[in-house]
Amino acid sequence: MHFYTYDGSFEGLLTVVFEAYERKAWPTAIEQEQLAQPGIFGTTIAVTADEEKAGRVWKGLQKRLSASALKELYYTYLWEQPGFEQTIFSYIKLAFDNSESIEGNYTAPCVLQVQQAAKQLHREKHRMEAFVRFQKTTEELYYAHIEPDFNVLPVIISHFTKRYADQLWAIYDTRRRYGAYYDLHTTTFITLDAAPRKGIGVLPESAVMEEEHTYKQLWQVYFDHVNIPERKNPKLHLRHIPKRYWKYLSEKQPRMQA
Amino acid sequence: MDSRITEKLKILADAAKYDVSCSSSGGKRKNENKGLGNAEGMGICHSYTEDGRCVSLLKILLTNHCIFDCAYCVTRKSNDIKRAAFTVQEVVDLTINFYRRNYIEGLFLSSGIFSNADYTMERLVRIAKKLRQEHKFNGYIHLKTIPGASEELIKEAGLYADRLSVNIELPSENSLKKLAPEKSYSEILLPMDNIKQQLMQAKEEKKLFKSAPTFAPAGQSTQLIVGASAENDQQILLLSDQLYKDYSLKRVYYSGYVPVSADNRLPIITEPPIIRENRIYQADWLMRFYGFDVKEILDDSNPHLDLDIDPKLSWALRNRHAFPVELNTADYEMILRVPGIGVKSAKKIVSARRFAALTFEHLRQMGVVLKRAKYFITCNHKSLQPYDFDSQRIRNKILFGDGAVRSPLLTQQLDLFRQVG
Repeated sequence: MHFYTYDGSFEGLLTVVFEAYERKAWPTAIEQEQLAQPGIFGTTIAVTADEEKAGRVWKGLQKRLSASALKELYYTYLWEQPGFEQTIFSYIKLAFDNSESIEGNYTAPCVLQVQQAAKQLHREKHRMEAFVRFQKTTEELYYAHIEPDFNVLPVIISHFTKRYADQLWAIYDTRRRYGAYYDLHTTTFITLDAAPRKGIGVLPESAVMEEEHTYKQLWQVYFDHVNIPERKNPKLHLRHIPKRYWKYLSEKQPRMQA
Repeated sequence: MDSRITEKLKILADAAKYDVSCSSSGGKRKNENKGLGNAEGMGICHSYTEDGRCVSLLKILLTNHCIFDCAYCVTRKSNDIKRAAFTVQEVVDLTINFYRRNYIEGLFLSSGIFSNADYTMERLVRIAKKLRQEHKFNGYIHLKTIPGASEELIKEAGLYADRLSVNIELPSENSLKKLAPEKSYSEILLPMDNIKQQLMQAKEEKKLFKSAPTFAPAGQSTQLIVGASAENDQQILLLSDQLYKDYSLKRVYYSGYVPVSADNRLPIITEPPIIRENRIYQADWLMRFYGFDVKEILDDSNPHLDLDIDPKLSWALRNRHAFPVELNTADYEMILRVPGIGVKSAKKIVSARRFAALTFEHLRQMGVVLKRAKYFITCNHKSLQPYDFDSQRIRNKILFGDGAVRSPLLTQQLDLFRQVG
């Protein structure tokens, strides 16, 4: 039995694949270092992320998989749900073991799992692109915080960078405690150095521009008046915006007074 | 901002909401000028109203003053309602500020007709132009084409807008005469044809010169009101089919008539025909994405869509000779015709069966819904149905059998129809 640990990065995970092939020692489990339980049986192999080794695995995959399959694999990594490392490993092994392409072979459990994980991640990505609401701060920064179910920040920033090329903006993931900041030229990942406390990354009321209230209120007014009461359909409404997303949406907050 | 804007927004959003088009996809406007916004690729729904419709665009009228008196329209001249008008600058400010906060994908601008068609159209075009040129706005813009507006203005509108639309509203010339006396089919179809010509011309020029100006890259659409006049489903779908074929429309939208007036030219209804509207949309999808010809969906002996079941199931029950479909060998086109199997499931099936003979277990894992499909398919020549039921039995089993789910709305509306019928 072979237990692998890695640093939690995508590069680290690909390095695990490299090491497993190097040793011909297929993993029983792959876990992040800080989460790993020391095993009683079998050997634990602590893998250090290695750019070159990871790069070789990725190059090998590029020869066997289409760009969209590679994207799905990366999405599965960002999906972060229990067992994702094993799923990714099984998928990569299946790809290397077969001379024919494995794409679309939904009869193989790992191919189906990758497809389904990527689909979930894609849906969350799309929801964040839709439900992020910026507030303009007194420093002319458009700011939003999010708490996505999956780690979608790395895949939503290109959307926002293209869209808001002429405004300063930042999006902060309060669950994973990191964010992205666009300075009118490039978008970079940021962390906030305040001591870890609850509410970090949430904008204090005092930092918000005066006009923010006006537009929030106008948006609420618009939302109420674009509705057709005769067609009320709460079930459909909830299917489209599940309650857990309401916290982002000013139109779902109590009505503001003019 | 003062309360006047709030008041205007209330009135002019209220007046615009019966236009159901919400699409923000199909634009090809990339943010190449370091401006605001990007409208390439997929549309985004930023919110959903409590009636379950998507909110993608700031959908407003420039004004609800109108010289026309169309019976079905809340904005008609004879209706005693509050009137308001935005200035050009107000619309621009709202659009930009909503967009910057990620509330919307762009602007859907329509208007009541004041003074005359060209005067109104000119204002709409001016707003789009200002957004594009002064604010470097690359978000989505959908402009309504005012019936009777000049060819030059429509041509200019297409330079700034991603989509143009002319609403037909009433599915026959007769109804139009009766309910919208100032409008005529020729006046509506003329700009539609105009836009089509412009679209084709722009496409040709693009082939020759990459720098040729784009014209409404997301194409044109229209809307038909369902239930305000006497046309049956067959007439409505035949018209749509013709519009898709002859005018290359991207979309025909259907709007179940919401009783907004007590005008005596209209039928008396208490509730919008939501189920009927939904069935028409399903039929429209069958024509556009499932390879169905309109004549297969409805014919002279079946001029109405079945409200209880979807039109694909309805077709399958009338064409039992085409089934069962063996999923391991059938053509993709035929798999698409199986009730309950959509485009995504059909593609997955065709992809996965290259690797192994599919079983029902595979289908379940892939998420293929079998509730309706199971009566029409075999996997490796096995069926989940030991008996060969007749169509009526299948219909009943699907409607009332195990796991049959019916929304309260459906039950309620069907009861209503039963009472009426």
